[in-house]
Amino acid sequence: MTTTADRPANPAAGDPARPVGYGRIQRKEDPRFVRGKGHYIDDIVLPGMLHGAILRAPVAHARLVSIDASEALAHPKVLAVLTGKDLEGLNLAWAPTLSADVQAVLVTDKVRFQGQEVAFVVAEDRYAARDALELIEVEYEMLPPVIDARRALDPDAAVVRDEIEGRTDNHIFDWEAGDAAATDAVFASADVVVAQEIVYPRVHPAPMETCGAVADFDPVDGKLTLYETTQAPHAHRTLFAIVAGIPEHKIRVVSPDIGGGFGNKVGIYPGYILAVVGSIVTGRPVKWVEDRSENLMSTSFARDYIMQGEIAASRDGKILAVRTNVIADHGAFNATAQPTKNPAGFFHIFTGSYDLQAAHCKVTGVYTNKAPGGVAYACSFRVTEAVYLVERMVDILARKLEMDPAELRLKNFIRPEQFPYKNKTGWEYDSGNYEPAMRLSMQMAGYDELRREQKEKRERGELMGIGISFFTETVGAGPRKHFDIVGLGMADGAELRVHPTGKAVVRISVQSQGQGHETTFAQIVAEELGIPPEDIDVVHGDTDQTPFGLGTYGSRSTPVSGGAVALVARKVREKAKFIAAAMLETRPEDLEWEKGRWFVKGDPGAGKTIAEIALAAHGTLTLPEGIDGNLDAEVTYDPPNLTFPFGAYICVVDVDPGTGRVKVRRFIAVDDCGTRINPMIIEGQVHGGLTDGVGMALMEIIEFDEAGNCLGGSFMDYLIPTAMEVPDWETGYTVTPSPHHPIGAKGIGESATVGSPPAIVNAVVDALAPFGITHMDMPCTPARVWEAMQGRPRPPL
Amino acid sequence: MQIPAPFDYARASNVENALALLQRHGPDSRVVAGGHSLLPMMKLRLARPEWLIDINDLSELDFITRDGDRLRVGALTRHTTLLESAGIASLFPIINDAEQVIADPAVRNRGTLGGSLCQADPAEDLSTVCDVLRAEAVVRGSDGTRILSMGEFHRGPYETAVAQTELLCEIRFPIRARTGSAYEKVERRVGDWAVVAAGAAVGLAEDGTIDAAAVGLTAVGLDGTVAEAEAVLLGERPREELFTEAGRLAAAACDPVADQRGPVDYKRHLADELTRRVLRRACARAAQTQEG
Amino acid sequence: MMQISMTVNGDDVTREIEPRVLLVHFIREVLSLTGTHWGCDTTNCGTCVVLMDGQPVKSCTVLAAMADGHDIRTVEGLASGGTLDPVQQGFMEEHGLQCGFCTPGMMLTARALLDRNPDPDDTEIRQAISGQICRCTGYATIVRSVKWAANHPTAGVAAVPDSAAADAAGAEVTA
Repeated sequence: MTTTADRPANPAAGDPARPVGYGRIQRKEDPRFVRGKGHYIDDIVLPGMLHGAILRAPVAHARLVSIDASEALAHPKVLAVLTGKDLEGLNLAWAPTLSADVQAVLVTDKVRFQGQEVAFVVAEDRYAARDALELIEVEYEMLPPVIDARRALDPDAAVVRDEIEGRTDNHIFDWEAGDAAATDAVFASADVVVAQEIVYPRVHPAPMETCGAVADFDPVDGKLTLYETTQAPHAHRTLFAIVAGIPEHKIRVVSPDIGGGFGNKVGIYPGYILAVVGSIVTGRPVKWVEDRSENLMSTSFARDYIMQGEIAASRDGKILAVRTNVIADHGAFNATAQPTKNPAGFFHIFTGSYDLQAAHCKVTGVYTNKAPGGVAYACSFRVTEAVYLVERMVDILARKLEMDPAELRLKNFIRPEQFPYKNKTGWEYDSGNYEPAMRLSMQMAGYDELRREQKEKRERGELMGIGISFFTETVGAGPRKHFDIVGLGMADGAELRVHPTGKAVVRISVQSQGQGHETTFAQIVAEELGIPPEDIDVVHGDTDQTPFGLGTYGSRSTPVSGGAVALVARKVREKAKFIAAAMLETRPEDLEWEKGRWFVKGDPGAGKTIAEIALAAHGTLTLPEGIDGNLDAEVTYDPPNLTFPFGAYICVVDVDPGTGRVKVRRFIAVDDCGTRINPMIIEGQVHGGLTDGVGMALMEIIEFDEAGNCLGGSFMDYLIPTAMEVPDWETGYTVTPSPHHPIGAKGIGESATVGSPPAIVNAVVDALAPFGITHMDMPCTPARVWEAMQGRPRPPL
Repeated sequence: MQIPAPFDYARASNVENALALLQRHGPDSRVVAGGHSLLPMMKLRLARPEWLIDINDLSELDFITRDGDRLRVGALTRHTTLLESAGIASLFPIINDAEQVIADPAVRNRGTLGGSLCQADPAEDLSTVCDVLRAEAVVRGSDGTRILSMGEFHRGPYETAVAQTELLCEIRFPIRARTGSAYEKVERRVGDWAVVAAGAAVGLAEDGTIDAAAVGLTAVGLDGTVAEAEAVLLGERPREELFTEAGRLAAAACDPVADQRGPVDYKRHLADELTRRVLRRACARAAQTQEG
Repeated sequence: MMQISMTVNGDDVTREIEPRVLLVHFIREVLSLTGTHWGCDTTNCGTCVVLMDGQPVKSCTVLAAMADGHDIRTVEGLASGGTLDPVQQGFMEEHGLQCGFCTPGMMLTARALLDRNPDPDDTEIRQAISGQICRCTGYATIVRSVKWAANHPTAGVAAVPDSAAADAAGAEVTA
């Protein structure tokens, strides 16, 4: 268990205890942030820069009758107003999404969700831009909205996407995985079958920094420099080239420091496109940074899955099969940001950590009059939904079988000898060793003691709950043959240069939004080459300066880019061997590596450090055949598989029986992310994700009323946990390396967000067991908990 | 970030000056103290005064003074000051209870007692607190000073008896021996408005029976205090059955509205539950002062 | 337009502004001190926290005009005379930040807390930051960071970002 007490003091540079490579070191990016010298999108000021603001529709579904922007244009500080008509003329009114659909950049025919972009004002300063929005007159003709996803396919439902020729309903796709017949057969003959509708409500990543861009189009050389809050700068560059018709070599996308991404900053939002158009039209840089209400109401939401779950088991507690039908609410445009071949993302990992005989899922995507999105908020491409489904179902089954939920899980885990494990829906889990993680978690929690305490409390009418979640993630997309986003294979590049004086620069394709890449990627190189991390600069975020890759989301940075960086460092190391051999006048095969230098086998005194080799590479040494005069390398890494981090979480809650208030008393999280590069950073990632879980389990939801008004459009109603709602986290770990990953690392970024909500909800339902409750949906607000206690648990939508 | 519409600004130097400015700039002028009710509304452009009169320099309205059998608190007293006042915690623990759950520390550093009362949000905790403590409001205009009971002060949601050319200057809380008070709030998360909250104040006679009682509720459409509950408490010895009855009456007296914070029956239940809790605690505190 | 004067990080500043300019915009755009951030529309998130007369306030809900005559301290004013404040050092030691967006406000609130209460417990720290949201850290490392600063009140590292000097000074700090 990681506590402040048993952690060694942070060693300083030059201290032999200080790790060169993996280990706990302070972050290299922190010095600028603690001085207030972070460089975020709204900090960017360019000469002549203008400000853009978006006028948004106040209604969910309406025909656009007329727009009159004349008064806005007459405002002395306004330079331009764009409407859908203007964009139609430029063929930019609609832009392709990441899911083979199109999204309106500005409304042309009708409004399809409340908050949709209607007009764009460009003005001298942000105050004038805001004032000018009020001067635009828009007339709408109301239409009945489609809000309830369960009714989106009703014959009398309004058609959201009537602009698509031939479209007569709101059906987007059906997608299946697994074997329906085999699964039905198992269910038909099983001793015990439990069914439950489980809703994962619409939530939002809500990073503390909203989305924004500064577009700077140079009319002389035709180059667009686009500063953007983007987790995927290269993908954006390529997509902008396609959308805006600007040649790709004339586009430079720069991600500055990003104040949190969590999947919110993956897609291309209309605001970015409008900033680009605004810059082209005015000939000056244009900045657009959204308000919080715009962020919550129009950018990519997350989840919104209505899942009918069923689980089949034998009487003695062998879980046999899981099946599920899902309605997926995609909002008004299908803009989910996941690999193109997977419209339901990686939802088919819903078999979880268990050795099932059969499984089947069917996901039906529908349009509604709500904001587009669905894949965001650390979901690992719908793994949050999958894990929540299976871990809730397992707990419901445990109650039905009157088995302890920990025992039920232990009995059904995939066993270590079964890895690599092919599950029933097409995944091959790379490695896993589940029981030790579960046992460690139970030991840290004092599980038996907790159950004893619960028994005593129940006798006194106190409501205490213990919830378990054991999750297996699938992250690190992925092999380019199977995983692409609009045709861009999900392989990532890395470039490494060692300078003559032995310092290094590694250029990576992924983009930190707080994960500490400037530190961890330096540590990977440090581990491979023995150069201290402070001597290694990590460059990221600028497409002019970094190799191509698909960016940071789905916890792919360490599995993919981390793999690339390890491999490129090994390439450099291998090249260094040949140069060292020339320096030592021996053969490469006579050399051995010890972190930081090549030396002659049996003669450790005769060796060369990387720094010495770097100088020689750039010097006058006669280089061996096939070796050129530098210590540089580049690699594009096509991972052979995804990685499968896992974890065992235990949550303890107390529920006030008089008010329904839930207090998370303790949370024990044991994570296995394979090789651990920096335990401090790993722990931070876990803490953050656990907090997400508290948020979703207890308070976060984007709701709509019947008219389609978004009720979660501000932080007054979209509630995020503060320091008062979360406990002091208790974390532990096991290490089961990934056999296929160059350094055995699996990634950790989303594990806790994936694994924690079911632990908390399981705990709340466990607390309410005396009331006969077997399920309630998130968020477990005081009101909803109380309703469950009255025997009336209701879905949130 | 939302931005207010343009307006003019004047800073008042004292109460007289503030009143003069309100007079001069007419019906589209508003005073701003802490600004944490008014400025958010202005940023969303739901409020658009043409003149803002900044009264933060009116230090003569920032005080907590014991004046015989009453505690006088200036309208400009910040929430943080109320929260940190040992005198208030001792005399009126209900105020301390409430301040702990009003907004958050940074907001409390700016928001004021007067500002909160004049905003008159139906979920305003201090409105309930002042009702329960039977406070009086001292309101000044150019033609003199008025003393209002809370019933006279409150006119309805977002409406008080303070005229546009007047200023709330002070709240007076009657002090007497052998009292106890308490406040409890259920909120969805720290800093949120109440789902429901309840406040109670009781006074005990020498024989330990209740000789004064007030029960108030927040965010459930109740005007004033729950007279029916008070009626059953008077003359009685504090005990659980009494609190149960008072709770039941409080639930019946209120008029909650269903919203994102909860349905009607839940809010009614909370009115009941929280009334019982605050009465229990208020009576215990009163008994302690009796012993102490 | 109106003229306002205030002290910001120890310096007297005087500028002309529209009355409606929010203090956060004044700090960021008129004074070009971009270390103070903003994150919401409804005074909830606290990324805009600065110290006004030593107290944390949400600068998005204060008019610059209201700050006239007052003392403002932003994150840029935490380091003094070339030395980082122990709070800044603590946040680096204990991983109290990830994306850094809420960090300036958190550190200023910590500084104000420690100035009044040099030895706060965990609950007091959590209460002090309860009006400020962090989406990254889960708060436990922020609490540890403030504790570190409380336990090292005279710690300080050269504010000038010279890595060798910083590392050397860091060695002194942890010794």
